[in-house]
Amino acid sequence: MSKKIIATTSLAGCFGCHMSILDIDERILQLIELVEFNKSPVDDIKKFTKQVDIGIIEGGCCNSENVEVLKYFRENCNILVSLGECAIMGGLPAMRNGIPVEECLQEAYLDGPTVSLNKEKILPNDPELPMILEKVFPCHEVVKVDYFLPGCPPRADLIWDALVALVTGNEMDLPYEVVKFD
Amino acid sequence: MKEKVVEIISKYNGDRSRLMDILLDIHDWQGYVDDASVDVLASELGISAAEVNETISFYHFFSNKPRAKYNIYLNDSITACMRGRAQVEQAFENECGIKFGTVSADGVFGLYDTSCQGMNDQGPAAIINDLVFTNLTPYRVKALVDGMKEGKEIKDLVYEANGDGNNADPDMQVMVQNHIRKGGMLLDKNFEPYAVVNNMLKDKSPEDVIQIVQDSNLRGRGGAGFPTGLKWRFGRRVEGEHRVIICNADEGEPGTFKDRVMLTEFPELVFEGMAIAAYATGADIGLVYLRYEYRYMLDFLNRKLQEMRDANALGKDIGGIKDFNFDIRIQLGAGAYVCGEESALIESLEGKRGEPRDKPPFPVEKGYLDYPTIVNNVETLAATVKILQNGSEWFTSFGTKDSHGTKLLSVSGDCRFPGIYEVEWGTSIREVLQMCGAENVQAIQVGGPSGVLIGTRDIDHLNKTELMNWYKPSGMMTAEKFFDRKLSYSDLPTGGSMIIFNKDRNLLEEVVMNFMDFFIEESCGSCSTCRSLPQIMKEKLEKILSGAGVRQDIDDLLSWGKVIKVSRCGLGQTAANPILSSILNFRHLYEEHIQAMTDYDNTFDMEGLVKASCDFVGRKPVFHNS
Amino acid sequence: MNNTVKFKIDGNIVTAEKGQTIVEAAHAAGIYIPTLCNFKGVKPKGCCRMCSVKINSRYMTACTTPVSDGMEVENNIDELVDMRKSIIELMFVSGNHFCPSCEKSGNCELQALGYRYQMLVPRFPFSFPQKGIDASSPKIMKDQNRCIMCKRCMKTIKDENGKNYFAFKNRSNKVEVVLDAEMGKTMPDDLAKLAMENCPVGSIIYKEIGYNEPIGTRKYDKTPIGSEIEV
Repeated sequence: MSKKIIATTSLAGCFGCHMSILDIDERILQLIELVEFNKSPVDDIKKFTKQVDIGIIEGGCCNSENVEVLKYFRENCNILVSLGECAIMGGLPAMRNGIPVEECLQEAYLDGPTVSLNKEKILPNDPELPMILEKVFPCHEVVKVDYFLPGCPPRADLIWDALVALVTGNEMDLPYEVVKFD
Repeated sequence: MKEKVVEIISKYNGDRSRLMDILLDIHDWQGYVDDASVDVLASELGISAAEVNETISFYHFFSNKPRAKYNIYLNDSITACMRGRAQVEQAFENECGIKFGTVSADGVFGLYDTSCQGMNDQGPAAIINDLVFTNLTPYRVKALVDGMKEGKEIKDLVYEANGDGNNADPDMQVMVQNHIRKGGMLLDKNFEPYAVVNNMLKDKSPEDVIQIVQDSNLRGRGGAGFPTGLKWRFGRRVEGEHRVIICNADEGEPGTFKDRVMLTEFPELVFEGMAIAAYATGADIGLVYLRYEYRYMLDFLNRKLQEMRDANALGKDIGGIKDFNFDIRIQLGAGAYVCGEESALIESLEGKRGEPRDKPPFPVEKGYLDYPTIVNNVETLAATVKILQNGSEWFTSFGTKDSHGTKLLSVSGDCRFPGIYEVEWGTSIREVLQMCGAENVQAIQVGGPSGVLIGTRDIDHLNKTELMNWYKPSGMMTAEKFFDRKLSYSDLPTGGSMIIFNKDRNLLEEVVMNFMDFFIEESCGSCSTCRSLPQIMKEKLEKILSGAGVRQDIDDLLSWGKVIKVSRCGLGQTAANPILSSILNFRHLYEEHIQAMTDYDNTFDMEGLVKASCDFVGRKPVFHNS
Repeated sequence: MNNTVKFKIDGNIVTAEKGQTIVEAAHAAGIYIPTLCNFKGVKPKGCCRMCSVKINSRYMTACTTPVSDGMEVENNIDELVDMRKSIIELMFVSGNHFCPSCEKSGNCELQALGYRYQMLVPRFPFSFPQKGIDASSPKIMKDQNRCIMCKRCMKTIKDENGKNYFAFKNRSNKVEVVLDAEMGKTMPDDLAKLAMENCPVGSIIYKEIGYNEPIGTRKYDKTPIGSEIEV
């Protein structure tokens, strides 16, 4: 059997989900036997070099770059998996969704207690920077997503079980202890 | 100021269950309930301020913010929209210089959207300082607002002559028209008021009366169709210190206005029906729950009640029958569609939010103040008088095998003669359309937004499978397609509202969206399902109408619509019907909008979503690879 | 007089006392029917609709419906399981339920039902409503983002004269459970703690102490909600 190809990325996330992937501990050696990594922070491949079987997305979309990367993944992956609360429901970044984006920027760069060094009141507006979206979006509200693995972060056992199931094509069993929202 | 509130409370003996009346009096006095009054109410009634606000914030016509000198409540029901409501709304906003939902800074004008006011045959209508203004046009709006700017009394601004019949009564004096287009046994001026109560009851036992009503097979005319005689029998059977007869005059189903006409022209019949019900069930308390929109009738109706007392048809030893004591009080509502549901109505009568109760227990077991309570519709009560007068056999000679007597239809929308039609059960939709002069018909909404939208396909042009469909025993949602269907409890039951749409109407964008807005606004908010789902489903419909929908979206609407069926009351259970029944009978309208070539569309609009932040930081948006 | 009633839940015969509700009888018999707004000791009001069962193919709330002889109740059938899951998902998308930041996480009944019904992602779109937090009381915080309008606080948290601390406000999807401003200022400590305890979600949070139970030891970390009932 040829190895399945996996890609991963972290959008508006904290990399905690990626840390949790590493938390599968010694099973990572088994994983390497089963899969090959393509674009991912794990191997630092920046661009897809071939069509990928499984794309794993951490984080939701809070800016234009997140959206572009997510669409790039959708185009190049046969299966997309939302990994963790941020990808599934916006997560911690989405706590700003009840606040107008102007107010968020005002507080973050002009008024907040930690911006005393920004004496010239500069707002980041370089055209190279990603543009902030009005709201943070769960991934499946931007592109079609096939599977969802909740948790903050998702338990390593859940990730392991899910990956094995996806790679081998077997049914996935979800023990109570591993499906958690926190 | 505090004294005034205390005085109002003591007028009602500090009775918490009279909170509706107390709040109505406070509104009459100062236009709204301020925080200080809330505190006085709380301490005098022994409840927390939050509990007082709980009731205030539930009702559309109550306010805890100052309202205006002229409060303009403009009807937004579908027929008003079809008769130029948008232009009228614009005219009000231009002339008053404020938006709907606000009060002008000088406190002169307040503009508010309001659900159906029972004036579908003469809309757009507005209630301005409790007075009804019908057939509004931008021209009339300007004249009205000019008059208000001069500070005129609201009654001096009336622009049409008083309506026909009792609408011109000195105690009413409104420009409302009855529009009685076809009369029958109920809409018959040729009758002697209180003849049954005063002359006939003494020869009959309560049991006889119940039996006659039961033999007539009279069923509730509000829409649910529960057998009236059986309800009375249940009510009589339950022990209670008091028993209560309630007349449900909260007709709020958009498109229904028959009770308005009954109460205007035949209040004697309705009240006499209540007295008969009281005799049959042994009730001593009578309550009419009158929707706030019909407040203009209140003085007139109270006078009628006094006339009835003077005729010994109410009060003590009624009709010379010893210990037959019964009286009627009219309770005003304050603007909430859900209060038409009998248990919500009872909650409201007790001065609380109009949240429906869980059943069982049913009101006949435990109703108003926990007494056995019988709630009957205006039309049902009126029919019982005719049944007692003429006998159950006479009554069953009208109608069909399973639906006896007549039904008042409120017909509105695209037709030449909107108004009230009293027809025998068994009349077909086609006949109604012919009577009211409807042409070029695309669809009819039968039973209001909670009912069904019927299409126009002709039975002659059906294929075999479709014919089979038609003969399927009809649940609410199957095969309501054809104008040859007959109004009856076995085929097409209805509370009597029929709204007609011609072929120029956009059924989804105009009609279904209007109905969904109605359900969103009128949910009591108690059940998780009815509170949240109508909004979500409406947004899904918006997505489809915007052209971004996919096939899955239609399937989603159908399956989500099932979830709402677990809601507590009829409002909740039917709140998705506008969408569900239009998918069932007009699926092609949905199919026209969806994209055939894709199975996913998120409507994600990156350019729109980055605009606010780019503007704020002062940069030009840059888009890659798209 | 015979005070017992025999009826069936999914074909299993259950013996109950007259006057019991279906939920009470089922739970006593070791059959779990999920509930949220129902609370022991107070009059039920079927608000959440979680306990909806089918009797004679009609939906009834098991928390409000009394048992009767020969009644046949459908409970754990696919249709109702999916219905209940829909309701849980509806509650998640109608508020802002971000579990990782919530003090109630692990002890939250809504979350626990999400676990039990294996909600991986809600089928409905998130609404991210803009709702406020009332922190005016020195004892508790009322976070409207997490409130599911179950009324448990309204029914159980009262002062010595029976006055309610909490009440509904508005109607339709604008409805909120609010804390009485005056009473909130003088809320006794034990009542404040009780209010948090009785809240099935993290909408009422007792101030000062928080997050004092480590992950792994909380109520629903290891065992599903309802497992305490099921035999």
